[in-house]
Amino acid sequence: MSEASPAGPRSTPHRGFRGLTPLERITDGTFRGLTWLSAWLAVLLVVAIVFTIARQALPGIREYGLGFFTGRDWDLNKHLYGLLPQIWGTLYSSMLALVLGGLLGIAVAIFLSEHLPAQWVRLALERFGLDKHRWFLNVPEKAEGLLNVLIELLAAIPSVVYGLWGLFVLIPLLRTPCNWLHAHFGWIPLFSTPLSGPGMLPASLVLAIMILPTVTAISRDALLTVPDQLRQAAYGLGATRCEAILGVAVPAAFPGLFGALILGWGRALGETMALAMLCGNANTVKMSLFSPANTIASHLANTFPEAGPEQVGVLMYAALILLGITLVVNVIGTWVVQRTIGGRMEVR
Amino acid sequence: MMHEATVTQGMQRSLLRPRTVFTIGMNAVVVLLTLLALTPLFAVLVMLIAHGLHRLHWEVFTQLPPVPLEPGGGFGNAIAGTLIMVSVAAVISVPVGILTALYLVEVGPDSRLAQAVRFAAKTLTGLPSILAGVFAFGVVVRLMGHFSALAGGVALSIIMVPTVILTAEQAIRSVPSNIKEAALAMGATQAQLVQFVVLPVALPGVLTGVMLAVARACGETAPLLFTALFSNYWPMSQGHVHLSQPTASLAVFIYNMAGMPYKNQQELAWTAALVLVAMVLVTNLVGRRLGRRMTVN
Repeated sequence: MSEASPAGPRSTPHRGFRGLTPLERITDGTFRGLTWLSAWLAVLLVVAIVFTIARQALPGIREYGLGFFTGRDWDLNKHLYGLLPQIWGTLYSSMLALVLGGLLGIAVAIFLSEHLPAQWVRLALERFGLDKHRWFLNVPEKAEGLLNVLIELLAAIPSVVYGLWGLFVLIPLLRTPCNWLHAHFGWIPLFSTPLSGPGMLPASLVLAIMILPTVTAISRDALLTVPDQLRQAAYGLGATRCEAILGVAVPAAFPGLFGALILGWGRALGETMALAMLCGNANTVKMSLFSPANTIASHLANTFPEAGPEQVGVLMYAALILLGITLVVNVIGTWVVQRTIGGRMEVR
Repeated sequence: MMHEATVTQGMQRSLLRPRTVFTIGMNAVVVLLTLLALTPLFAVLVMLIAHGLHRLHWEVFTQLPPVPLEPGGGFGNAIAGTLIMVSVAAVISVPVGILTALYLVEVGPDSRLAQAVRFAAKTLTGLPSILAGVFAFGVVVRLMGHFSALAGGVALSIIMVPTVILTAEQAIRSVPSNIKEAALAMGATQAQLVQFVVLPVALPGVLTGVMLAVARACGETAPLLFTALFSNYWPMSQGHVHLSQPTASLAVFIYNMAGMPYKNQQELAWTAALVLVAMVLVTNLVGRRLGRRMTVN
């Protein structure tokens, strides 16, 4: 009985020693009741969110049905509502962000999980003969901790600030090289339009920055769960560090890395403000990286505040589609990660 | 890792062998990518200071947003609105979150309800923040018939709840079982155990979660766009806070001002972003500090 669970004092023997006073009985019962109630509230919240959005989307679903997925126009006066450009923009921008943010995120995760920063700082200190000095004893670990925190702080910056930065810093920076690409390689569909201002590329770049901390945190955890014996065995066989990472650690952690990418994708699908400010809000379906576009979330952000009753029903339908996509992606991602890291998921 | 040191000291490593070149190349790539990943953080901070600092005077904290072409102005009402709505959200989400976490660890850890709660909390973590706004619109705004600070607070509380639950659960779980057993052995009821042992010991960790959630809620824009909307006036008058009126927030202020073609408004957007990021980063870092202190003791 070393695991004497405090969860079951109803069955623990202390009640034999000392009866509970009525007050104790009441407070104890109230406490249990309250925690039980809160737990139910948390579960019911998810149900309520799905139910509320689905019920209020009913008018829109009845009116527009499946044609909503294929329609390309959003016209209040003609009562034409189609979500294809927004769905396209959501998938396109999130995939672009995932390619970039996933690559960077996993690279950073490898860097951190192999404890390379601490090791290199230690080597640098050794080079200067400072590694035994008491001022510098903790420096390698501290430097690595700092790097971890800095990566996590990327997620702490509000998305509206990234949007502001993208609008006034990133877009002017991108304009010249992008228009050069368009002028010289315009025959490639990716560069088929000029970048006049907001567009898919700046939006996806900022989106990549925003999902990077999620991808890094989960893939780092996945890489850290790879048993050290595996790495040591690889080194014992004469592998270089790089070979040990790419040949042993990454394949062993692959399901976790995959889950990290899925959860990062889920984050990218629902991100709103940076896209609302940077994607240009044009309902077009284009391959071009430089063309303005729209996403479901940014469309909601831009249209909802001034929507009349009719439009709210349609927007609720759009919200329901977004909810469906993100729920499925997140549930799959959580499931994959849970199976590999064992339910120990960091909160972000 | 010993191997690197022994290899370099014991044997000569030919720099020309393809394996060595590949390893060095990959090291360089990983470092470059990490630096690239960190560039935006510093680029944003530098730009915030470069564009936002020169307008940071007392007047921006005390004045109302300017109308187009009006010089000066500030965002005092937006700061007040953000603080009010985050407080409302905290009042809703912190008790619910902590009680739920207590249920997960102390009352019914292996129950089916606990599994459902963990699943729900993880689902909520991935919920796009704009959908929290859509939900609050569908419930609170529809019920009240107009935009309000209350609806904004409810939307923000949905963002905060999963963070509070999951971090509080970890903090409460890390309370050593021997001190809990000691309390139980002395005849404490579960409520007494939680009140006198579990919560005091887990407090720093729980506070970390709350601070991280508050920091996140401060910067959220999407849930507020069509719940609290915006307002050009103070959210309080004559000592009363008006929760049932449209209310300004720093995040929505930045969004609105960034879209305006006037220089004054854009400058104020940068200054507001500087203030917002300072608020968020300070809360976030203080929260982390609290959590670290707990693990050291």
